[in-house]
Amino acid sequence: MQPTTGMLGEDGIHVDMDHLKKGEVNLGTSIMAINFKDGVILGADSRTTTGAYIANRVTDKLTQVHDTIWCCRSGSAADTQAVADIVHYYLGMYGITNDEPPTTQTAAAIFQDLCYDNKDQLSAGIIIAGYDHRHGGQVYSIPLGGSLHKQPYAIGGSGSTYIYGYCDANWREGMTEQEGINFVKGALQEAIKWDGSSGGVIRMVVLTAKGAIRHLYLPDNGYTGPGTYQA
Amino acid sequence: MPGFDFSNYNRNAALHAQGVPLPKATSTGTTIVGCIYDGGVVIAADTRATSGPIVADKNCEKLHYITPNIWCAGAGTAADTEFTTALISSNLELHALSTGRKPRVVTCMTMLKQHLFRYQGHIGAYLVVAGVDPTGYHLFTVHAHGSTDKLPYVTMGSGSLAAMSVFETQWTKKLTKDDAVKLCSDAIQAGIFNDLGSGSNVDVCVITDEKTTLMRNYITPNVREQKQRNYRFKRGTTAVLNEKIITREEISKYVTVHELDDPSVSAAAEKMDVDS
Repeated sequence: MQPTTGMLGEDGIHVDMDHLKKGEVNLGTSIMAINFKDGVILGADSRTTTGAYIANRVTDKLTQVHDTIWCCRSGSAADTQAVADIVHYYLGMYGITNDEPPTTQTAAAIFQDLCYDNKDQLSAGIIIAGYDHRHGGQVYSIPLGGSLHKQPYAIGGSGSTYIYGYCDANWREGMTEQEGINFVKGALQEAIKWDGSSGGVIRMVVLTAKGAIRHLYLPDNGYTGPGTYQA
Repeated sequence: MPGFDFSNYNRNAALHAQGVPLPKATSTGTTIVGCIYDGGVVIAADTRATSGPIVADKNCEKLHYITPNIWCAGAGTAADTEFTTALISSNLELHALSTGRKPRVVTCMTMLKQHLFRYQGHIGAYLVVAGVDPTGYHLFTVHAHGSTDKLPYVTMGSGSLAAMSVFETQWTKKLTKDDAVKLCSDAIQAGIFNDLGSGSNVDVCVITDEKTTLMRNYITPNVREQKQRNYRFKRGTTAVLNEKIITREEISKYVTVHELDDPSVSAAAEKMDVDS
């Protein structure tokens, strides 16, 4: 007999997406990360919800886990914050004990360990993007089951379903920084427009050999500015 | 082992399956808010505690002490907010003693979120954490499942929507201390008057670099009116049919009687408030 509780559906194969604990804070989200010529760009909307209520309209879903390794969080806010905090700790220790910064792949592998081992208790969809001097910019995606995928670009969250077509049609390998920013901004604008659970401002982080630069785009002026500021 | 004991969980689940209802917890169906201004941080709360539709306490305290420079406003299950804040307060004091440094607000927030995350939302504590430390003024919200937010102004509890509408219309970047206190108390009053779960009085706590000021019952917009009529019956309303006096000598056959030496000591029960 199939167990009557847990995450698996009646067929015992498909994962029940609506198993969020009652009253849990949710990141009904639009997140993405892309590779470009000089590194990676992470992007996210800023809406967090508890049911129909917007608990935070200026959330920062782009989380630093090392100097130039960041992640985009989607799913349960509590779960993804806990996972990111643990990885932040691990990578901090790694950097000190090895006297060398960790690679993006190492970070992604730690994320996968946590997400796969605790898959029954977590609802976390995470995109990891980072720049290291050995491999340059890299983007990894860890969806709900805890699998790990290296991709040229990754999209995630509830809003991502609306922009598969946009991204597929507009994606080009080796874009410039400005082209990359326009690609991410254009995609997230569409996601915010069509997905009710996404909204607010667009946040971005550009990771290159020069370090991390934060971007902010407000809906007041049609997501044109203010633009960059130092993280 | 420190922590919570879940050994009654299975018993409760079995009882619940048999149709025995769960006991009602006293919840602080609440309005709590917080706001940063340049010079410090203010938190405020209403004072109603409810148990289902019953007002369990008309003037409870929802502003909890963590350290002299960090305070918490609590919503959700009253017992859980009380005990988690007390636990973290204790641990933070020991932490401050062992490090020899003033405790930081982020440390408090991290300890709270890690504790609450471990219990997966079973500890129903929704908190606004505010404080001043050597790194500046800080304001956080912590949800029962362990997620946190950092914002310049926050609201929580059932009255959070009413309170947030005040912040979203009145909040400005530059605020004085008086502005911030007014804004927070107005937000709480919005909760008191527009949310059934919130009511009674406004408590405010102002934390600055120099000192912390707890203003208990800062505003009391719900003072009980004197009753317009007195329903007490006059003496002699009931006819006396007969009268019998039992002397001390008679009663000492059945119980021991002691004379009280001190006239100030009386055997009367604690005086009770009675409507007059």
